[in-house]
Amino acid sequence: MSKDIYVVVEQRDGNIAKVGLELIGEATKLAKALEQKVVGVLLGDKIKDKAKTLIEYGADEVVYVEDPMLAEYVTEPYAKALTAVIKECDPEIVLFGATSIGRDLAPRVAARIHTGLTADCTGLDIDVYKENEEDPGRKLLFMTRPAFGGNIMATILCKNYRPQMATVRPGVMKRLERDASRTGTIREIKVAFEPSDMNVKIREVVRETHKKSDITEAKVLVSGGRGIGSPEFFGTLKELADLLGGDISSSRANVDAGWAPKDRQVGQTGKTVRPDLYLACGISGAIQHVAGMEGSDYIIAINKNDTAPIFDVADLGIVGDVKVIIPKLIEAVKKYKTANA
Amino acid sequence: MKIVVCIKQVPDTNEVKLDPVTNTLIREGVPSIINHDDKSGIEAALQLKEKVGGTVTAVCMGPPQADVALREALAMGCDDAVLISAREFGGSDTYATAVIVAAALKKIGFDIVITGRQAIDGDTAQVGPQIAENLHIPQVSYVEDIKVEGDKLVVKRQFEDRYHIIEVKPPCLLTALQELATPRYMHARGVVEAYEKEIRVFGFDDLKDSLNPEHIGLKGSPTNVIRSFTKQAKGQGTLHTDLSADEAVKVIVEKLEERHII
Repeated sequence: MSKDIYVVVEQRDGNIAKVGLELIGEATKLAKALEQKVVGVLLGDKIKDKAKTLIEYGADEVVYVEDPMLAEYVTEPYAKALTAVIKECDPEIVLFGATSIGRDLAPRVAARIHTGLTADCTGLDIDVYKENEEDPGRKLLFMTRPAFGGNIMATILCKNYRPQMATVRPGVMKRLERDASRTGTIREIKVAFEPSDMNVKIREVVRETHKKSDITEAKVLVSGGRGIGSPEFFGTLKELADLLGGDISSSRANVDAGWAPKDRQVGQTGKTVRPDLYLACGISGAIQHVAGMEGSDYIIAINKNDTAPIFDVADLGIVGDVKVIIPKLIEAVKKYKTANA
Repeated sequence: MKIVVCIKQVPDTNEVKLDPVTNTLIREGVPSIINHDDKSGIEAALQLKEKVGGTVTAVCMGPPQADVALREALAMGCDDAVLISAREFGGSDTYATAVIVAAALKKIGFDIVITGRQAIDGDTAQVGPQIAENLHIPQVSYVEDIKVEGDKLVVKRQFEDRYHIIEVKPPCLLTALQELATPRYMHARGVVEAYEKEIRVFGFDDLKDSLNPEHIGLKGSPTNVIRSFTKQAKGQGTLHTDLSADEAVKVIVEKLEERHII
């Protein structure tokens, strides 16, 4: 019988992706409800020594597949490796980060083993599902995700096939505190790769390390919407962000207008962020935007329009002109810092 | 080279509004468009054909009205179009959709299949890779550039932190990012011709021999939507409507201090 929750933890050049640890954190809650275990899955080349990290973040066990063919992500070798893991271990649930790797690998594998897959989930729960009154019920994974550009939410079940599979957006779940004293079993799963599994050839790998900071990693985000008036004002927002130890992000409108690069965009078609502080400057708060930032710990919104929907999700709302308030705020923060230095 | 491009007709989700009273989606009057990534896929397919010769076939699964999306694809320059439409196909999730589209592609024949990366209504990005699995061909997703070198395609595959330059031999499936190609406009003559062309329709009987009828439609879908709802806004915080800029700054700084940001 299928059991346990498997989390496919992505690594690139041996570095564990944050979303993998977030999913392990979430999986520990689901595992408790199912009274089952959390198993981390590592696929790569020479990655065995990373297994301990997954245990320290909450995994009970780790299984790994190592092969030089898995050094860089290529669909077929990874799909073969993961299919082998699923065939051997028969998991109840398999979770992936909804990254450009997870969203390539998960559907390929779901189609191969014939099971359901729910994309880009923002909520996971274990609950009892009953087909009808007589049905004693069984525990299933309730997968909730936005659709129609974040306009509606849908809860999806995979009743009759195993494993139940889902991809989850980075930044939505929370990882646990690292506990170096945790222990667990680490096991290799051998996969017999053939040269023909490499059915495409990587000619070149270009790492874009200059690829600016990642807004999903920022503790503080100062975010600009149409209300900032000009692309130059992002410079002012950046000054504030630097003072607060954070970064700048943007609404879709400013990205579409070419005022901010695409990788700064928060929202349904951009990134999901959950910083400690999200400072929304001149952002009206379209539902697509809110979908990407409402998980922030604390939200401050400044907008001229007192009926702007951003105020519905803001913890602190200020009706006023960002172009006046932000420069004054920068001065005030500087003054505060000098006084408390 | 036989190039097939799979497209989806989607509601323009930027135009979708919520009924403030019932809190449900207002779908009336929302225009249907060709999904953005798919339209870039059409353009990329047309550019490929211009380089290497061959044909471009546009394929769309959907209700009979999806015929409009295919007419637009024809007007852009596609050579022919196939509408996959049947009651039996309704309610398919991504798994079942891929089973059906793959069956149609086998019937049509292909060297290169291009799909969009993801559709703006479902946002799953799953159907492309799942079609490739059903056809047992390699996939390269998140494609930002395609070049032809002899019998190979050389494509740029985008990741968050890097890109790969990948060689892949047809038959293969590529999923297109919007950045791949900027769609051309329809020509007036193209539009007229598009409405003179015949769109082939594949129904259940046309595909039933090349798919498992147990694996399609609502019943054959491994996943089911059990409820949908509009999101509840989180509880409202404090809203100050009449502070001067200096007062506002004071309130914000107090909060920054309280939250240990400064």
